Amino acid sequence: MARLKISGLKKSYGKVPAVRGVDLDISEGEFTVLVGPSGCGKSTLLRTIAGLEEADDGSIEIDGELVNDVRPRDRNVAMVFQNYALYPYMNVFENIAFGLRARKAPKNQVKDQVQRAAEMLGITSLLERLPRELSGGQRQRVAIGRAIVREARLFLFDEPLSNLDAQLRDEMRSEIKRLHQDIGKTMVYVTHDQIEAMTLADRIVLMKDGLIEQQGMPLELFERPATRFVAGFLGSPAMNFIPATLKRKGTGIAMVFDDGAALALPASRKASLSGSVGRAVLFGVRPEHIERSRKGSARPGQARLKVTIDLVQPTGPRTYGTFLLGGVETVAELEVHDVERPGESLALLFDMNRIVIIDPETELVISHSGT
Amino acid sequence: MSAAQEARRRLAQRRTRKLAIRYAVASLLTVLFLFPIYWLFMISFKTPEEIFSSPPVWYPASIQFDNFAVLFRDGDAVTVWNSLFVAGVSTVLAMFLGTLCAYSLARFRTGGDNLAVWIISQRMIPPIAIVFPLFLLYVWLGWVDTYHGLIMLYTAFNLPYVIWMMRGYIEDVPSELEESALVDGCTRWQVLVRVIFPMVRTGLFATAVFTFVFAWNDFIFALVMTRSEVTTYPVQVTHYFGAQSNFWAKIAAMSVLGAAPVFVAVAFLQRYLVRGISMGAVKG
Repeated sequence: MARLKISGLKKSYGKVPAVRGVDLDISEGEFTVLVGPSGCGKSTLLRTIAGLEEADDGSIEIDGELVNDVRPRDRNVAMVFQNYALYPYMNVFENIAFGLRARKAPKNQVKDQVQRAAEMLGITSLLERLPRELSGGQRQRVAIGRAIVREARLFLFDEPLSNLDAQLRDEMRSEIKRLHQDIGKTMVYVTHDQIEAMTLADRIVLMKDGLIEQQGMPLELFERPATRFVAGFLGSPAMNFIPATLKRKGTGIAMVFDDGAALALPASRKASLSGSVGRAVLFGVRPEHIERSRKGSARPGQARLKVTIDLVQPTGPRTYGTFLLGGVETVAELEVHDVERPGESLALLFDMNRIVIIDPETELVISHSGT
Repeated sequence: MSAAQEARRRLAQRRTRKLAIRYAVASLLTVLFLFPIYWLFMISFKTPEEIFSSPPVWYPASIQFDNFAVLFRDGDAVTVWNSLFVAGVSTVLAMFLGTLCAYSLARFRTGGDNLAVWIISQRMIPPIAIVFPLFLLYVWLGWVDTYHGLIMLYTAFNLPYVIWMMRGYIEDVPSELEESALVDGCTRWQVLVRVIFPMVRTGLFATAVFTFVFAWNDFIFALVMTRSEVTTYPVQVTHYFGAQSNFWAKIAAMSVLGAAPVFVAVAFLQRYLVRGISMGAVKG
């Protein structure tokens, strides 16, 4: 197990910066997920930790040891690659044993450890096969086996599930989570998939343009995003952003849209927002925080608004209804039979306790559910 | 018989006819191409009378090895050994050095994009253009008519080809395989031996065969650079063409001896050759 500390890390490819100054402190046994859109520098960061890329600036410490100039083989980390990186000319046993043999482990130890890793992943019956005789999921298991067999102090995963189909991906995701619970090692996991990030992580590190946008526990990021980018990246379907103005209305404050529609803010948010009255803001609301209004269903903090649904997308368990709010297409996640056909008029309830309010210029969140 | 059945029967007939024509043409061409080789082998087993008899003798009355025995008795056969040694050692050297260079070009982008092209351009120099300047250099170095002289020459001449081919094969190896090995505890050398070599085995063999055959077939360098000590077999064969007469029996026997190693090598490596060539073809 290991503690990983990264300070001021920078890495460019030629003139193109990939990582522009990252500080990260990962404690022992923590499962950290680096997530972000492609090109955000997450894979480069991971490869620099592994030693496959050289850092231009900054430091990487594993267990207090500065490893910037340590060769990959001497860092004692294990890495799982997106395309499995299995050696096609070796059978599964030899693939898993590769790292042990490279480190000249004694023969019977190799056998024991490979056997144990194979049991852990349920692939003992495949040991004699060649990689090309395996399915995608089996290959990924072998790749994971190769990483865990060596008892490295740090585990790195570079988008390990992106090549699998959806069902298999869910299955392997649970297995990786269970694996972490079982062996308790420090793991750093790169993905562009926010569901993987949310479900696996003890801590999410959300990256954008080579910098960390925000880091924290999954629900913390989900409920209290610091920027518009974070708010929009996590959650599916994504959060709706609608330009609006904060206006005083009666004794309270309301969100008034360009088309004249208004949503009242709860009293609890009045204090923190009273200084912002008259300001243009971005109103952020997640589709699942909008529901159909039913008789007597309104709870405190909910604001009611009548809209016309112009697009209906049933997914099975839920139905997405799209409507115009302030001239912007807005998605609500409704119950299956709440709306059947486009053109229907509905009264919707917005959960104003859970909306975020964003400064449209700085794109920083000025008010979220925690404030 | 219904019309449909009739149509099917005619289609099958037409297909059979087409196939028969194809086989006939292919057989004819094979005979045409193989005939000189057949004739060469037959001459090497004939007696002097049979060689010049008219009408020609298609196959000798009794297989006799006198023509070969003469080559061994007079020491002419040693030229085959010379060829084998020079071509073999230069192939091993060129493959070793060339593969290392190719790895460097492919993985570390040594010399940018242009170095590799410059290297292959060296291969396009016609040997005749450089053989005499090289001869002067060899005289100065005292390398004329030596094993190492010829080995160096063939190694140098084959290196661009080896580098170019092996670079293509190595570039095809996914870099994750190497990176995975590096993280798993391999040094760069171990990566080369344990990952790259097995991955490019096919290309390695195919390239080695072509390299070997180039050195084996070479005539011009061997003619200019050797005298009597390390005469190679293609040069030796030309010694049997005289002003007054040609020693056909010796020419044939020597050629058979000289062709045999290549036949054997190709027979064993056929699988790799075909795959290696087609891989190269796709790669361009």
